[in-house]
Amino acid sequence: MTSRRDIMKAGLAAGALGYLPFGITRAEAQALASLQIFVPAAPGGGWDGTGRAIEAVMRAEKIMEAFQFEHAPGAGGVVGMPKFMSSKKGQPNAIMIGGMVMVGAIIANKAPLKLSDLVPICRLTGEYEAIVVPAESPFKTMKDLVAAFKADPGKISWSGGSAGGTDHILVGMIAKAVGVDPKKIAYVANSGGGPVIAAVLGNQVSCGVSGYGEFAEHIKAGKMRLLAMSSDKRLPGINAPTLKEEGVDVELANWRGVFGAPGITPQQQEALVGLFDRLIASEGWKQELIKRDWTGIYMRGNAFGSYVEAETTRITGVLKDIGLA
Amino acid sequence: MDTFSQLMQGFAIALTPINLLWCLVGVAVGTAIGVLPGLGPALTIALLLPITTKVDPTAAFILFAGIYYGAMYGGSTTSILLNTPGESANIVTSLEGNKMARKGRAGAALATAAIGSFVAGTIGTIGITFMAEPVVKLALKFGPAEYFSLMMLCFITVAAVLGNSAIRGLTALFVGMFLGMIGVDNQSGQLRFTFGVTELYDGINVIVVAVGLFAIGETLWLATRPKEQQEEVLEVKDSIMMNREDWRRSWKPWLRGSLIGFPIGAMPAGGAEIPTFLSYSLEKKLSEKPEEFGHGAIEGVAGPEAANNASAAGVLVPMLALGLPTSATAAVMLSAFQSYGINPGPQLLSTNGALVWGLIASLYIGNAMLLVLNLPLVGLWVKMLKIPAPHLYGGILIFATIGTYGISRSVVDLMLLYAVGVMGFFMRRFDFPTAPVIIGMILGPLAEMNFRQAMTISQGDPMIFIQKPLSLFLLVLAALALLGPALWGLTKRWRGVTGEA
Repeated sequence: MTSRRDIMKAGLAAGALGYLPFGITRAEAQALASLQIFVPAAPGGGWDGTGRAIEAVMRAEKIMEAFQFEHAPGAGGVVGMPKFMSSKKGQPNAIMIGGMVMVGAIIANKAPLKLSDLVPICRLTGEYEAIVVPAESPFKTMKDLVAAFKADPGKISWSGGSAGGTDHILVGMIAKAVGVDPKKIAYVANSGGGPVIAAVLGNQVSCGVSGYGEFAEHIKAGKMRLLAMSSDKRLPGINAPTLKEEGVDVELANWRGVFGAPGITPQQQEALVGLFDRLIASEGWKQELIKRDWTGIYMRGNAFGSYVEAETTRITGVLKDIGLA
Repeated sequence: MDTFSQLMQGFAIALTPINLLWCLVGVAVGTAIGVLPGLGPALTIALLLPITTKVDPTAAFILFAGIYYGAMYGGSTTSILLNTPGESANIVTSLEGNKMARKGRAGAALATAAIGSFVAGTIGTIGITFMAEPVVKLALKFGPAEYFSLMMLCFITVAAVLGNSAIRGLTALFVGMFLGMIGVDNQSGQLRFTFGVTELYDGINVIVVAVGLFAIGETLWLATRPKEQQEEVLEVKDSIMMNREDWRRSWKPWLRGSLIGFPIGAMPAGGAEIPTFLSYSLEKKLSEKPEEFGHGAIEGVAGPEAANNASAAGVLVPMLALGLPTSATAAVMLSAFQSYGINPGPQLLSTNGALVWGLIASLYIGNAMLLVLNLPLVGLWVKMLKIPAPHLYGGILIFATIGTYGISRSVVDLMLLYAVGVMGFFMRRFDFPTAPVIIGMILGPLAEMNFRQAMTISQGDPMIFIQKPLSLFLLVLAALALLGPALWGLTKRWRGVTGEA
């Protein structure tokens, strides 16, 4: 027991010093014969897609040969996460796909668990949120929309995904940034992006909020107007200002990442991170990002852990403002 | 290029041997998973997503569409034979279909379901081919207010399945609405009636309740009365196929069901269940023999089965025309588009015309294949009823249990299945109808969500429901359906009185 703890301390120290024991990492990585990918969502969704993309590229690049998938859908990952924690405890080759949605779901559902109970491996991809209005809308810019929102918050209906989800969180942040009481938001929650698109195309609501990818084709076809993006700077290929440029000091990335099972050693953690270092560096992954319209926002290991903590604090604040936490 | 020549090009793509083979595999797999309760097309296609890295997109979508159409066919089989709906869209089918099977008319019920599915699937596919644009435009006119009014119309028409006692029927309906309320509240994100069980956060799957009430409840009921069991010999009395009378009574419901199912399927929140409810109550109203409803009326199978197949075709309209998923299956199919780097959207038809038209052509072919595949199977399925009842019902229990476990591999679902089964047993024992539970469970949460969405948009002003013309129209229809028969009866009596005087 003592010796193991010492090794852990040594590993932590090594990590803290930025000294990466590469020899061990590679050996450990090779020792990983297969990867168990746990998806706390249904097959076919975004997290499943992330897992499948990891599998496809790792196979093609010969980073890893064997994969096993397990799905446990429900409540934005809150159903799956405890299953992952109990069934995979201490398993060095088990990873769980997760993302910002989970942070919100854990808080909003008051689930008795924290993402910091898991071992952070990496943040992989991100998608920025888009704010769109129907083509017939009187609002030409984000400034127009904000002005109307400030004048009479209840009159502006925001269509987005489930209550307390990423889209709702963004609207809450916008309200706070422009000085509107977030509890006064007329938020129309839907299950998923499809109904949001329908509501905007049918001119049923003032505006729609969802990941850019959901709206992209409709914006290109001129069926809806893109007012602003939630990124920190303008994105290549997207012809719209950021919220910050439009005077709303908000940025939000809907990130997806990878977590390891609780109870694995820092060496084992580093071995898993090593796998993803190689994945990110590969040509196949770069092409996968382009093909799937994902933005690569890689952040490795414990830095990602601190990021998750900071996100949890920030999102808890927003959800409290909206009145959901 | 006009629609027709594009369609012909589509046939050229779909009729290549390899694509025909994919289509055949798709419809066969689809029929099989349709038969299994629990395992639905969305999950099956999701599990098959990894093949997108191996085969070309046209082949993959022909396979997926075959599975989707096939599941709609297969789902009726177990509804009719075993009172165990394979999909939620087949729940209504079991109401009359199983009664028909009990009377030894399983062959006719299965045949009218299969042929009705073919008719509706073909009408729906013709609709996709020529009507996509106007249908999408109409569908987008439906906002929360319109949906809520549509739900009101549904609630009123489902009085048709409430049974003889209004109190018992309404009780069952409210039990269903309560079950539907369990889980995270969509509009506020708050938990309702979950009692800390994380598996309940996403609500209870309606299939678990349907299988529990119908299959498990029924089995328990039969097990407690071994004597009556012997009377209930499920023997095929007349010819396996439909007779002249059956054809005469089926063709109109097929057409009406298709016309109800297709546009509602195309609506973003329409779904496949609502048209089956509407078709069922419409057929009951229009039937020459309304007294047969509840005891095995063939119209009650023909109409809803046509409606659910036409709605499956309807779902493909916004998916292909707008890249808009309106059902779980369509959502999974869209994610398959993305893994090919194809962006489904309003321009899909112009950027990937060959793929879309090949897919549409394959729907015509798949539909014909399904009919050829399913009609001969009717004879085989019917033989299943010759299995002695104890074995048959033992088999149903196993079937229902495995199917339910397959939905989410959750033990909580299994416990729910049996708890609901026991409830179904007592409902049967005390003569409560079970169908309203399912209807309440599907319609209740939808009506609530759309009501609250509409009120959010209107800032709490209920006038929104009558200010919007489509919504008002639906509410007037609902009022007529509610008050019409009573008023008509009154005028008739009044005329009778004046006539005598």
